[in-house]
Amino acid sequence: MMERRTFADREEVLGAVMLAPALAYVIVLVGVPFVLAIVLSFSNATAGSLSFGWAGLGNYAAILGDPIFLRALRNSAVVTVGTQLLVVILATAAAQVFRATFRGKRFARFVLLLPWAVPVSLAAIAWTWIFDSTFSVINWTLKASGLLHGWLYWLGDPGLALTAIIIVQAWRIFPFATVIVLAGLASIPQEIVEAAVVDGAGFWRRLFQVELPLLLPVVAVAVLFGVVYTATDLGVVYILTGGGPANTTHVLPTLAFQRGILGADLGQGAAIAVFLLPFLIVVAVAMLRLARRAEVGGAAR
Amino acid sequence: MAGVDIRNLRKQFGDLCAVDGVNLSIREGEFLVLLGPSGCGKTTLLRMIAGLERPTGGEIHIAGERVDGDVPPRARGIAMVFQSYALYPHRTVFQNIAFPLEASRLPRTQIAEKVQRAADMFGISRYLDRYPRQLSGGERQRVALCRALVRDPKVFLLDEPLANLDAKLRNTARDELKRFQRQIRTTTVLVTHDQVEAMGLGDRIAIMDRGKVRQVGTPEEVYEDPVDTFVATFVGQPPMNLLDLGDPALPPRTLLGFRPEHFLPRSVFQPDEDVRAFRFSVRRVEYLGSDRYVYGSISDGAATDTTVIAKLPATIALAIPEGEQQEFAVPRRALRYFDAATGSSRKI
Repeated sequence: MMERRTFADREEVLGAVMLAPALAYVIVLVGVPFVLAIVLSFSNATAGSLSFGWAGLGNYAAILGDPIFLRALRNSAVVTVGTQLLVVILATAAAQVFRATFRGKRFARFVLLLPWAVPVSLAAIAWTWIFDSTFSVINWTLKASGLLHGWLYWLGDPGLALTAIIIVQAWRIFPFATVIVLAGLASIPQEIVEAAVVDGAGFWRRLFQVELPLLLPVVAVAVLFGVVYTATDLGVVYILTGGGPANTTHVLPTLAFQRGILGADLGQGAAIAVFLLPFLIVVAVAMLRLARRAEVGGAAR
Repeated sequence: MAGVDIRNLRKQFGDLCAVDGVNLSIREGEFLVLLGPSGCGKTTLLRMIAGLERPTGGEIHIAGERVDGDVPPRARGIAMVFQSYALYPHRTVFQNIAFPLEASRLPRTQIAEKVQRAADMFGISRYLDRYPRQLSGGERQRVALCRALVRDPKVFLLDEPLANLDAKLRNTARDELKRFQRQIRTTTVLVTHDQVEAMGLGDRIAIMDRGKVRQVGTPEEVYEDPVDTFVATFVGQPPMNLLDLGDPALPPRTLLGFRPEHFLPRSVFQPDEDVRAFRFSVRRVEYLGSDRYVYGSISDGAATDTTVIAKLPATIALAIPEGEQQEFAVPRRALRYFDAATGSSRKI
């Protein structure tokens, strides 16, 4: 007797069944909250009650007239861009170091990856001590080496606090970026680099005209991931400065959390969070284009 | 004079001696091929000439100047074509060819002019705006050659430049390469493991094995008079037959060598021709169109079971039945002798 067609042979059904969990995940945990956030941003919902009414553009009008929000919007941009710049420079430099062979390379690589493995909150707490107004080891070191006269109140001054946030964010993302750039460097054929040497290019010409252009797609991926990490991060700012001093270092996630959850004004919190959307749309579009170009490039080979 | 002089050159990688005391003199304008099996040190030797690898010992002189210490590749007056061509994928053909000129800080107008002239010579002017990935293998090879030649190197180094081409293209590319070299007359060193390529391209061939140069000579010299059994079996396809027949007429422990194309049925030769005849038990005949390869063993004298190959051109239409003994012969002038212990050739 012929064997019956089993469930696994029916690809149209099997496919649907196997896709279902992923689809459910996207709909329930991404789609619904996303739509809900947009709906809430047009409402007067509060954390205290389950019913809410239509508020039109009221929430948006309120936050756009709010200097704290505008400051948070600017801070988000500054922190995100500043962090990526720092990360790209550090990661490219670190990748050059890790490409060489030296004693203790494995240990160094382990240390490099540590920040990535440490939970954000624990790391941020440690950093509050590093930036502490009384016990700051940074100040101590600068003073001991004679570079600093006076005292830096890292988390007490708006400019310094923002710098501190950028340092911590960069510290957190840079291991990941280094790994990506290292992978990118490894994918550059040795012969191309040697051809550049034979063609008479010195270190800088090789770096800027051969290696970096070839690394560009890979670096772009690292930057895009970095943008998502920093733009949406709540923990670092929340623990490090709590948005202070005097609400000068808020970023969109912390302000949304403060207004929406702590302040119980869900509508306004949602409206603030919606302003993250432009950042993330730019990233999403860029990522898709990059992926597409990689595919087209692959097909042309 | 823009030749290359290599004196007692050595390169050690840990315990491995990749290049072991090589002496080689490459004449100006000469096309020299470094031939050898993979791992014989030929590429390492080439990379040391280029300056990509630092010798452990010995000297390299390019155009009379000693370059083995700290002289970087760019100051050696060399150009190199890599096996993968190593074109810069993010640069157009024009930008690829212009790169070495930019690196030597030539004015822009001169660069454009030189690139155009070189591209015309290689017939790739049409592709100047394209990217390497938009070119075929043969076109990429020409771009790589063009990029190497554009700044008039004193010595031109090629690392298996034909290996990545498909078999059909390889013949044409070989012919082109040889013509370009004849035209420009730049001293050229090419590395290959393909003996057909070596014979076809080289004015002289240097055959390497385990870090040492075994023989340097014209294609005829290395084919007709191999200095040892390694060269005898490495050059020529199928390889030279080597037999220890224990012939009392020869000094003890002497190997008899003859090329498969000289090992033919006795009836092909004139009756009075000076030949050495053998009883040949034919095991199998391989029909290859232009030739027949006959596999078997010698069954007279101190018979051995060493496989002997005869290569019969299609012009010899004799029937060779498998599994039978035949009278085969080799002209005496085509016989070579080697020392069985050292492998080196012996004049008898």
